[in-house]
Amino acid sequence: MLDIRDLRASVADKPILNGVSLSVPAGEVHAIMGPNGSGKSTLAYVLSGRPGYEVTGGRVTFDGQDLLAMEPHERAAAGLFLGFQYPVEIPGISYLQFLRESLNSQRRARGEAELSGAEFIKLARSQAALLGMDAEMLKRPVNVGFSGGEKKRAEMVQMGIMAPKFAVLDETDSGLDIDALKSVGAGINRIMRAPDKGVLLITHYQRLLDYVEPDRVHVLQAGRIERSGGPELARELEREGYAEAAA
Amino acid sequence: MTAPFPTHKQEEWRYADLDALKPVWEQFAEPVTLTVGADEELEEVWLPVGGDVQLRRVQLALGEGAKARIFALNTAPVYGRIELEVSLERGAEFELYGANIGSGLSTNEIVTIVRHVGVGGRSQQTIRSVLNGKAVGSYLGKVEVARGAQQTDAEQSVKAMLLDRGATANCKPELEIFADDVKCAHGASVGELDAMQLFYAESRGLDPASARALLLEGFVMGLWDSAKGPGAISQAASEALRRVV
Repeated sequence: MLDIRDLRASVADKPILNGVSLSVPAGEVHAIMGPNGSGKSTLAYVLSGRPGYEVTGGRVTFDGQDLLAMEPHERAAAGLFLGFQYPVEIPGISYLQFLRESLNSQRRARGEAELSGAEFIKLARSQAALLGMDAEMLKRPVNVGFSGGEKKRAEMVQMGIMAPKFAVLDETDSGLDIDALKSVGAGINRIMRAPDKGVLLITHYQRLLDYVEPDRVHVLQAGRIERSGGPELARELEREGYAEAAA
Repeated sequence: MTAPFPTHKQEEWRYADLDALKPVWEQFAEPVTLTVGADEELEEVWLPVGGDVQLRRVQLALGEGAKARIFALNTAPVYGRIELEVSLERGAEFELYGANIGSGLSTNEIVTIVRHVGVGGRSQQTIRSVLNGKAVGSYLGKVEVARGAQQTDAEQSVKAMLLDRGATANCKPELEIFADDVKCAHGASVGELDAMQLFYAESRGLDPASARALLLEGFVMGLWDSAKGPGAISQAASEALRRVV
């Protein structure tokens, strides 16, 4: 479903990714773990097309399409979702307006009918309820005044509303308390665990993986995948640290 | 009696389009006076009145504990000027939320003098400008705190967004303080849209033009959040934004 081959990328002329290769078949959840500065967030941004993240080599295909040739909004319409490590605040625009315009823009691009205001509000309310978020918060400006945990929960509500084919989740677990972690984990399973969907879960810690069991775990170090294995690899990393595990 | 015609040498007229103003000066020369009595409240929404040149000159006197909140949209096709002189007695509160939205060769400006006369007054001025083409948008705001007007809390927040290289924003907050226990803050920025906000919106599926339009809408529309009836000014501002984006 998502196939990354020898991906190289630089930020401000500094090479960060030095030949990343991995493949996530439909129906699987893969975790990417690695120490600070190993390139995890860069990988997430390159996959979603953030300006300033320059691809210097390799290729990425998503459902057979050349992902790197697409603009960020085209990637979203094709079914790719990025869960931000630091969700962005947008004063003056309510979450409801932001998400409705975004979703309808995706639907237009796919040749699907747009949702009416009433249809959208129903969808947004049900997704907020499933993630344990007060739907009233969606009337507030995007992420303004939200706590760290509320922002991450709101990212998952967005994912529920967009119903993407593939999600790249960049440290969605950071800033969450145990209850929020459980509900976010359950949300990822509910929204993304399906035979035709896939997830790349970027995390520092094992704890989210207690709730979202990965099919494969990859260790990213110095911009390359150094090791790959089953779920037991995450537990080994937790026990022994990255330096030991990579040796 | 008609007031003398201004010149660019006067600071408060420095950026004005005097050529456009001249033919219509007589009909605008005298300011309108508004008085809000002790503990009374006033909320006004100032919409564009139509016509190439639009001038609004208001003197606003706030009695003890009076509150006034003004929402103003300045978007004249040639020259728009909103001029406001406010005086605040003890404990009075004044809030101004104003937008300059300009395109082409237009000049739109908001010029204020806020005089804190009594103790414990509070004033808050929030101005946002969105300008394209060779448009000029200005805010000249003077805050005066009189001797004895202790515990004054005055704030000015001015931000401008320039959509073209030829557009100009002038921001000039000015303070004149004769009391020693006051809080006067001002901030001004002139910039382009935030790259991270744009990327966030695009990553959710908005094409670049729609993302820009949405962010500009947020930049301006946040001004009307506290209005009791924001419908008319929101709609007028949306229409003005659609013309400049």
